[in-house]
Amino acid sequence: MTHGSRLRVPALTRVEGEGGLEIIVSGGQVTEARLDIYEPPRFFEALLRGRRYTEPPDITARICGICPVAYQMSACAAIEDACGVTVPDPVKALRRLLYCGEWIESHALHVYLLHAPDFLGYDSGIHLARDHPDIVVRGLRLKKAGNHLMEVVGGRSVHPVNVRVGGFYRAPAVRDLRALLPELEQARRDAAETIAWVSTFAFPDFSRDYEFVSLRHPDDYPITEGRVVSSGGLDIAPAGYDRHFTEFQVPHSTALHSVLDGNTYLTGPMARYSLNSSRLPAEIAAAARAAGLGATCDNPFRSIVVRAVELLYACDEALRLIGGYQPPDPPAVEVEPRADCTGYGCTEAPRGLLYHRYSIAADGSITDAKIVPPTSQNQRAIEADLRAFAATRLELPPERLTEECEQAVRSYDPCISCAAHFLDLRVSRT
Amino acid sequence: MIDPERTRPAPERKPTLAVWKFASCDGCQLTLLNCEDDLLAIAGSLTVASFGEASSEVIDGPYDLSLVEGSITTPADAERIRRVRAASRFLVTIGACATSGGIQALRNFGGDLAPVVYARPEYIDTLRTSTAIADHVPVDFELRGCPIDRRQLLEVIGAFLRGRKPNIPAHSVCIDCKRAGRTCVLVAHGTPCLGPMTQAGCGALCPGVGRGCFGCFGPAPGWTFLPFGPAAPARMEAKHDDAR
Repeated sequence: MTHGSRLRVPALTRVEGEGGLEIIVSGGQVTEARLDIYEPPRFFEALLRGRRYTEPPDITARICGICPVAYQMSACAAIEDACGVTVPDPVKALRRLLYCGEWIESHALHVYLLHAPDFLGYDSGIHLARDHPDIVVRGLRLKKAGNHLMEVVGGRSVHPVNVRVGGFYRAPAVRDLRALLPELEQARRDAAETIAWVSTFAFPDFSRDYEFVSLRHPDDYPITEGRVVSSGGLDIAPAGYDRHFTEFQVPHSTALHSVLDGNTYLTGPMARYSLNSSRLPAEIAAAARAAGLGATCDNPFRSIVVRAVELLYACDEALRLIGGYQPPDPPAVEVEPRADCTGYGCTEAPRGLLYHRYSIAADGSITDAKIVPPTSQNQRAIEADLRAFAATRLELPPERLTEECEQAVRSYDPCISCAAHFLDLRVSRT
Repeated sequence: MIDPERTRPAPERKPTLAVWKFASCDGCQLTLLNCEDDLLAIAGSLTVASFGEASSEVIDGPYDLSLVEGSITTPADAERIRRVRAASRFLVTIGACATSGGIQALRNFGGDLAPVVYARPEYIDTLRTSTAIADHVPVDFELRGCPIDRRQLLEVIGAFLRGRKPNIPAHSVCIDCKRAGRTCVLVAHGTPCLGPMTQAGCGALCPGVGRGCFGCFGPAPGWTFLPFGPAAPARMEAKHDDAR
């Protein structure tokens, strides 16, 4: 790179959604690193206004085809909170099981088809399969196990139909879940092999001093519930989210940026792991240590190892939940709107914390909706990391630097389709 | 415009595949990647020439088969779809966004959107409507669904490779539901169900879990609520006994 130059990746590949990347170098310094998000906004928060309080699970699922369950679960949590309803434990367990399917599907997709090709010098998982078919077949088998679990619990894997406010339309039969056990046992073996495989990759020496944000649960590794905590000492119920987290618009992105008490922060697998590794079962914690992870992880390139550890956890947890499965009866509890109520819901999407807030009128119509997806929260951290990362590599030829910066962005598994749909709309009628 | 040469016999080389995204959730593209058992076979029969979500390799067009996901919501995308059409022998739209404007087309019915202002509207360039691909360029085949069905996608790709018409039924969800031997949620429980007028393809999933169809695959040609009587939509709100 020369002293004054501009490096542009007009369209990032192997990410979900439409975005680019721009780095400006001036006087031998990186003066600007921008994640350009030009994914067209779809205005979900505006579309939700006036809809019935029962509709957000089906509507918000359509925000993301890769993590629809996350949207359904955060929506249900927020609406049930607004209506003062706590669902029974068997419903909670079945939701967690469905969510495990999504973690498996999404993480397997990212690890094998989107991220690993970077470390091995391939353009895609399809190219990787030409030389290493067994590895890609293992990844596709894992992904299929996650999708299959979502189909049995949710009806289908992309935009499941069985989720409703209060629980499920129909509880899956015990025998149908038991029939998944051999496939999930195989998935657990595949996940363990995945950890060993990705731990052999060469990771750039790059660490960042992150403020991590994730859910934390007293006992479990967080998926469906918990308090919102940070490595900087934040510890709040989801209802306190808006007092600490602020969103704002920047010119180069159709996704809002977000700060925690004014500071850049990171959510996602690295944050979840770093704040909750003590909640992992001993066997999985041992596998993480054997793969070179400490109690925390602050190298974004190593996030592929964390995803592999979470793959193993999700398989293990799915097997445990099926082993103890009691069909919820009834499959859903009644949820009635209260007059002018507001509710808050946070769950851990594969890519990190997903916050929903709904205000509901006495007649059951939604008067206000706010949705903050993980990728929009991570934009500032991604840009700060790109500035720091590029600064250490300015001696590289531009093509090589471009590739490495693209790889750095892919480490966060950004889901731009999710992030771009949340412009803060103010409605004013004249 | 449709390339007039597209009717010629397929060339000897492997046909090229391109996948394009407009305003959408990525779920229909993901359905292609969710063909886990067949993905590597597809990659063996076609050259994946441009598929940004899955591969960094981009081979220049023209492309033999373009799969288009998403709706047109920005002036830039209204231009881009014309370039995609010009570079494609066959253009197949995949999913509800591309075939009908998708869930974001709710904005088309929202009355006057002009009074809706952004925090900083000058940063955003968007159209007032969300429209289907066929509203902008000729489309060779439309695959329905939110999301599309994996088996139907494989049928379309297989039909393309063999140079025949895709065998995608146009009957209603109701027919599939009856064939599956399910209890009718509309007749038996008075649950509102769009199954009588929605195109099949999902496998009648919603009645299968005891809820009414909500129309992911869009209206089936020629099907209406009329068999259920002119007051059917109102009756669906009625109790079990009244609905008989």
